[in-house]
Amino acid sequence: MTTELHADSIPDDRPRPGEGTPIDSGPHSTGSPATRALGIAVLAGFAMLAYLGLAGTPEDQVQGELVRLLYVHPQSATVAYLGCFFATTGSVMYLWKRSVWWDLVAHATAEIGAVFTAFALITGMLWGRPSWGTYWVWDARLTSTAMLMLLLLGYLALRKLPGDPDVRARQSAIVGLLLVPNVILVRQSVTWWRTLHQAPTLSLPGAQIEGLLLFTMMFGFAVFSGLFLWLTIHRFRVAWLARQVDELAVDEAITARIAEGTPR
Amino acid sequence: MFRDATLVASKDLRIEWRSRVGINQIAPFAVLILVLFAFALDPDKGLLTKATPGLYWVAVLLCGLLAVQRSFAVEASDGATDALRLSGIEPSALFLGKAAAVLLQILVLDVVLLVGVTILYGTTFTGWVLVVGTVVSASVGIAAAGTLYGVLAAGLRVRETLLPLLLLPVLAPVLIGSTRAFEAALAGTTSEGWLWFGLLSVFALIYVAAGAALFGPLLEEA
Amino acid sequence: MSNTFYIVAGWIVVLGGSAAYATIVVLRGRALSLRVPVERRRWSSSSPNLPGPTDRP
Repeated sequence: MTTELHADSIPDDRPRPGEGTPIDSGPHSTGSPATRALGIAVLAGFAMLAYLGLAGTPEDQVQGELVRLLYVHPQSATVAYLGCFFATTGSVMYLWKRSVWWDLVAHATAEIGAVFTAFALITGMLWGRPSWGTYWVWDARLTSTAMLMLLLLGYLALRKLPGDPDVRARQSAIVGLLLVPNVILVRQSVTWWRTLHQAPTLSLPGAQIEGLLLFTMMFGFAVFSGLFLWLTIHRFRVAWLARQVDELAVDEAITARIAEGTPR
Repeated sequence: MFRDATLVASKDLRIEWRSRVGINQIAPFAVLILVLFAFALDPDKGLLTKATPGLYWVAVLLCGLLAVQRSFAVEASDGATDALRLSGIEPSALFLGKAAAVLLQILVLDVVLLVGVTILYGTTFTGWVLVVGTVVSASVGIAAAGTLYGVLAAGLRVRETLLPLLLLPVLAPVLIGSTRAFEAALAGTTSEGWLWFGLLSVFALIYVAAGAALFGPLLEEA
Repeated sequence: MSNTFYIVAGWIVVLGGSAAYATIVVLRGRALSLRVPVERRRWSSSSPNLPGPTDRP
């Protein structure tokens, strides 16, 4: 009898899937040699970025020390929009090819997008408070990002509904495919709204940055992109496993139901 | 296809006419929202007048939510969704029919709210062409997007609370556009208002097309 | 230099938050892996003949 290593063990003496098989015979985590290499590279990148961003670069002439937030804020926002883009792409491809692979990509990237949208909003607020004196302004960028957050949360809430995975995948794909169009519509509306009457009087981050600071910012984009890739691979594999667990539960339920109906 | 859509729309409207939920519940709710806003914004301080366009359209959105939810609840309660799915009616016709029925209800609510706002908030509208244009294009957009996302929220109770979260962010451009258009109509600067009407029309077109194209897969029950 | 607070807070949120999220994902992956038979743990290694969708993109 193998040791009970399952996260939730049910007192049940039917042989459970995976039991009896030594777990070392297959992957027991979502990692692989490739992701480990990527992970190390990303970690090293972050170490370098932190050194450069916090210590190795001088302060900006215009923004002072606050420029150091420009090494994480736009990068988080970029990952957020990357996540949204791939969620939509995954949704479109899923509806086209009907391949579960794309459905899982959509789900994984949407969740990662949501996490980094939160980071972008928080760092945006942290940049805004000392620069503008207030945590929040209804400018086009912040407002659109807040709307992106809400759109992604809606998509993720839909994905969490119980039910048949295939129907859920199709329905999520429709909402997912509309994510990018909705983001574009909202961004445009907000931008026109906020700029029709007022000239942009707020100093926007990222203007006139150069030299080593610019390099650090770009390096930041590269590192965050690597992080996005690493997270997507792992989150994809988690989504795949979750789906397998769902499928197995359905199989077991069917088997149990058949067993009930069979006369002894 | 338009014949089928008309069939579906008239069915929905007939149900609505017989049950009078729109008249008995949603319209009073619309007026109630206006009254609540008056409590919240103290008419004496002049905030209410300034905020009228925004308050009007928030009220339309909230009532539109109810109308959409009702549109799908009437099917789900009797298991008619299955019958509709199997009836052989094309999903796009089904979408157009349901959206048209919702649109009519929202237009009625628009009129109720216009009257309410004129009486309760003392608004005097100028630029009537712009007002009508805005109301129509915004309502089409709300009805179309609402019907598309509404079908997701039909059925299980756990889905009902999902509709506002899914739909309202999508309708943000409508809220922005229609409010700005109303402000322009009230201020007399209608040329700018017509730009926003353009945005509302684009939104409406996109969602009518998207709804007709995408309604099919969403009909399947989870 | 009160700006230091905002800068440090921002970096902690992003780096710390990323690390936390990464940890959650990986740990969840491990827990789920144990509940799935070996041959179905990876999309890339799953047989196309398995019940349920395992198709290629």
